[in-house]
Amino acid sequence: MNKAWMVWPENPAVSVLVLAVLAMLFLYAARKPMHGLIQSLGRTAMGPLRLGARWLNGAADRMAYRNRAVLLAHGRQEVETRIEREFERIGALVTRELQGYPTLQRKLLDEITRVEEDYRKCGEVPPPPPDWVEAVTAMSNVKNGNEMVMRVLEEIQRSVNSIHDKALTEYRKAYESRHRILEGFMPFWRSLDKTLGRVDRNIGSLHQSAAAVDAQMEKYEQIVAGNDKAESMLTVSAFTQFAIAALVLVVAAGGAFINFKLIALPMSEMVGAGDYITASLRTSEVAALVIILVEASMGLFLLEALRITHLFPRIANLNDRMRHRILWIALTLLVTLAGVEAALALMRDMLIADKQALLQSLATAPQPAVTDGWVGRIPTAGQMLLGFMLPFALAFIAIPLESLIHSGRTVGGVLATSLVRVAAFVLRLAGNVARHASRVLVNLYDVAIVIPLLVERLVVKVPRRAAAPDVDEAERTHA
Amino acid sequence: MKKILIALSTLLALAGCADPREHSHAVYMLIDTSGTYAQESAKAQLIVNYLLGTLQPGDSLAVARVKSRSFSEKDIIAKATFDSRPSQANAQKRAFREAIDNALRQVMPSRYTDITGAMIQGAEYLNEAGAGRKTIIVFSDMQEELDRVTVRDFPISLQNIRIVAVNVVKLGTDNVDPRRYLGRLDDWKKRVEAAGATEWRVINDLERLDTILARS
Repeated sequence: MNKAWMVWPENPAVSVLVLAVLAMLFLYAARKPMHGLIQSLGRTAMGPLRLGARWLNGAADRMAYRNRAVLLAHGRQEVETRIEREFERIGALVTRELQGYPTLQRKLLDEITRVEEDYRKCGEVPPPPPDWVEAVTAMSNVKNGNEMVMRVLEEIQRSVNSIHDKALTEYRKAYESRHRILEGFMPFWRSLDKTLGRVDRNIGSLHQSAAAVDAQMEKYEQIVAGNDKAESMLTVSAFTQFAIAALVLVVAAGGAFINFKLIALPMSEMVGAGDYITASLRTSEVAALVIILVEASMGLFLLEALRITHLFPRIANLNDRMRHRILWIALTLLVTLAGVEAALALMRDMLIADKQALLQSLATAPQPAVTDGWVGRIPTAGQMLLGFMLPFALAFIAIPLESLIHSGRTVGGVLATSLVRVAAFVLRLAGNVARHASRVLVNLYDVAIVIPLLVERLVVKVPRRAAAPDVDEAERTHA
Repeated sequence: MKKILIALSTLLALAGCADPREHSHAVYMLIDTSGTYAQESAKAQLIVNYLLGTLQPGDSLAVARVKSRSFSEKDIIAKATFDSRPSQANAQKRAFREAIDNALRQVMPSRYTDITGAMIQGAEYLNEAGAGRKTIIVFSDMQEELDRVTVRDFPISLQNIRIVAVNVVKLGTDNVDPRRYLGRLDDWKKRVEAAGATEWRVINDLERLDTILARS
């Protein structure tokens, strides 16, 4: 053990004591500058940290303001589009269903008038009995027993019966014809009922559309007013959209992976299996990936040309003729690529079968050949079908992709703002820690020289507060 | 963004220009046909079949006999660099197997065993193939026997080559004194490591052939 520091090497305790006293005296003498040094160090650390925290808070406010503006603008645009669509729907409905409504109404009224007239005719009373009925009555009052009268009466009865039968037949015929007329109006009544029902439904649909427009208009007004409710509603909507779009894209990625597996092996027949781009990445795998990405791009252009998505304003702004050309080109390429994939899927099956046959021939014990028949062809057909269908299914990822991109702006903005606020909080916290640490160090320093301080108090009798400025006060001034 | 795209394109272009042979595997198999070991040729066929089933398109395989003097291309029974197209590679493998079957059916035992000469020949073949991974499989009892004229006691170069000794059977004298067998394997290990080989491995259990091509 090195004893060079000992004042009395034979007595370590006394040496330590002497050195402690000396150190205490030295520290007491350096107390004021040391306090100042510690405090200034604390302030030096605290100042920039607080400044940084304040700047970050300002940046977060600016980001939040910018996010809010973008969010409201985006929401406003979206609601405008929806209202526009609702009005288009209403317009189409009115044009299609209610355009000929006045003519129809007039026709209906005419027909109803005719039916009423006919109905009135149907309700006519039978003609009154002829005048000779009174003569017959007079004859019947003649006394019985007159043979001539009896014969006349019998003749009259026969004539009356004959006339009655004739009149009754004619009357029935007239009623039959009226009933036929009425019967002829039955389909018309049904059609009338159907038409009126359709009109009623259309009116109901119009009513619903009007209610939807009202709801959208209310939303629009809130967005234009820029109130917190609208912002909160749009933010929640963006987060929901982001989550849904991400989920759909994950599912699509699964589909793309299956697609990749289908064509990676047969692609090695086209570009070679021995070429590598990196140690573990074959050229054939990259080629398969490129084909899948090209298919997804074609799907993107197809949906863009159909105006389902709006990721490329240049395509949306093209005239209809050019847009249709792009649509057909994208569709043709997509169908071609789907056909290529189906062929590759078939080739994959053949390659696997060939490899299997080779391995069987290399095996020591000969294995019996398996004859699957048509059942064995099901996987091949399934692979080909998948190879053809998956590109079209992948084409639709443009829709969730657009949703993800649009909602990602809001989600990213909110997360970035939160991150900046957290950073500001951490800086502020670190500043406070530095300030309190300097205080603690000052107090610890005084604890180390407590004996000289006690002596000073006893001897000088000067109040310490008056002698030394308050640390907090000084820091507050500097902060 | 533009810079990132340019960097990625350059990287891909550079990667695409890399020599594809660096990722391929070249295997040179030596079959000892000296003395009684010639009877083991059926097992050799098993190993060749395993290699044919395992090697990928773009890989190379050569099978050569170890005879009295084996530093010669004439001792190569069959050799092939498999086509990069899997279907063509399969056809090549079938033809390779036929060639090996025919050759091993007519194998004549040799008087001496020149393993060193065969290894030098194998190293030459592998270096010419330029593959990324190079393996020499020695199907032998590792008992080298040379005539008086043949000179093989000089340092050889097996830089970046793996050496795998397969089916190293015990000789009658090894059974009397196992130290001979262990000493023989130890000598070979020292010799190939001194020659710059990346690995020395002994596989006697033919059920564990999967370790032949596996990296250590």
